[in-house]
Amino acid sequence: MRDVSIIGIGQTEVAEHWDRSLRHLAGDAVLAAMQNAGVETADALYVGNMLSGLLTGQEHLGALIADFVGLRGIEAVKVEAACGSGAAALRLGYAAVAGGLHDVVIVAGVEKMTDTVNAETTTGLVMAADADYESIHGLTFVSINALLMRRYMHEYGVGHADFAPFSVNAHRNAVGNPYAMFRRPITVEQFGRARMISDPINLLDSSGIGDGAAAVVLVPASMAKEYTNGRAVRILASSMATDAVAVHDRPDPLWLSAVEASAFKAYQQAGVGPRDIDLFELHDAFTIMSALSLEASGFAERGRGVWLAEAGEITREGRIPICTMGGLKARGHPVGATGIYQIVEVVQQLRGKAGVNQIGNARLGMAQNIGGSGATVITHILEAEA
Amino acid sequence: MSIPRHWRLQNQRYSMVGEVCNACGAKLFPPRDVCPECSKPAYEPYRFSGNGKVYSYSTVYQAPSGYEAFVPYTVALVKLDEGPLVSAQLTDVDGEEVEIGMPVEMVTRKLREEGEDGLIVYGYKFRRLLREEAA
Repeated sequence: MRDVSIIGIGQTEVAEHWDRSLRHLAGDAVLAAMQNAGVETADALYVGNMLSGLLTGQEHLGALIADFVGLRGIEAVKVEAACGSGAAALRLGYAAVAGGLHDVVIVAGVEKMTDTVNAETTTGLVMAADADYESIHGLTFVSINALLMRRYMHEYGVGHADFAPFSVNAHRNAVGNPYAMFRRPITVEQFGRARMISDPINLLDSSGIGDGAAAVVLVPASMAKEYTNGRAVRILASSMATDAVAVHDRPDPLWLSAVEASAFKAYQQAGVGPRDIDLFELHDAFTIMSALSLEASGFAERGRGVWLAEAGEITREGRIPICTMGGLKARGHPVGATGIYQIVEVVQQLRGKAGVNQIGNARLGMAQNIGGSGATVITHILEAEA
Repeated sequence: MSIPRHWRLQNQRYSMVGEVCNACGAKLFPPRDVCPECSKPAYEPYRFSGNGKVYSYSTVYQAPSGYEAFVPYTVALVKLDEGPLVSAQLTDVDGEEVEIGMPVEMVTRKLREEGEDGLIVYGYKFRRLLREEAA
């Protein structure tokens, strides 16, 4: 196994890109990443995407995007793991470079979600769940998370308002991110008053649906010094774990066992623990997922995730800053692209290029991308190279 | 849409037939052929009573295609008396009257109508238990 470094990053703004197609968005991100890395070609392209078939009638994104960015001929394939598609693609790109199959690999994530009306997008998102035993009963992806949140509130005696710090923090951090979808702060009062989607989850518990693409360029760490555009960032750990897709098939729904398995495999690979992590881009698709992820990743005791947020420990000044560029909540959640946005943002932080959102002395950053409500979990730990 | 897709689940949708693991006795719904408890084969059909308690619930205001006409409707995780959790809608009850721990029983209701052909999909929903059994 070879060590793997990220030498280039690229991203588009998360927005309603009426004027840009899926291939254009992906192309923008890939070309930006190649320029940032200083590479003119690549051996392979892995594309994370969840919904292109349903929402834009386009599958076969590997060949499509490779050709579109001028890399016709290379190995290229789409990777799908619901909302975890982006990091799942990175995991495969990492494996290809670490295993010696390829030297220069581009990993992109792209999603086009705003060409369709709400009901169609909602239909698409619930494809992350069990079609025969969840979706057919009218469960939406939001409602599955709402079932977890209601139970959490019941078991641990917390109120809806106790989740406010997650969304307030995400929006505060998005203000300083020019690529974020919602670059404005929100108040606790606004959080409490927002329109109900699937109670107790309201609009401001929920990540924003948008179009977007992000990309990174990987090379073996031994080659990283040949490229001079920007400091390289080492991938110290890459791990994936799975759980039952349907929440009703899990013996303990409030414990995300795949988050625990993925995070602790990553800690072991990197030789670090939760205390060593300087920032954590977690999968805050809904506020409840932030609480459950912090707990299963070892940052809070069971049932204490919300209190970590209440205590201010998740802010840029806190013990474990999360969603430092806005997170899924406020940067926006173009589902199959999200896992790569998280990686791009961790790289920005570790390079010291996060602007006003810069975390002081950021050396180790963790990114965790989740498919479904915890069924596929991919964790990466990145380290700034000296 | 696909008629076989719903037809082949008739025993699950209408009668809540799952499986019991002959090796460890775990009762499984939905049926899944390999026991998640002990990883042994589990092919023995087992019909659930359809009785259970609300484990969690949520009222849906933003529905996917095919369910818009039902909004708002309440979905739940129901803890069956035999052990498994099942996802389903609650029916014959106002969302505001629901609470965690409420006893419920399975009934058969319309789940949705598919597309222009109007194929009606029936299946289980849960309502508040009408008669509490004398314990």
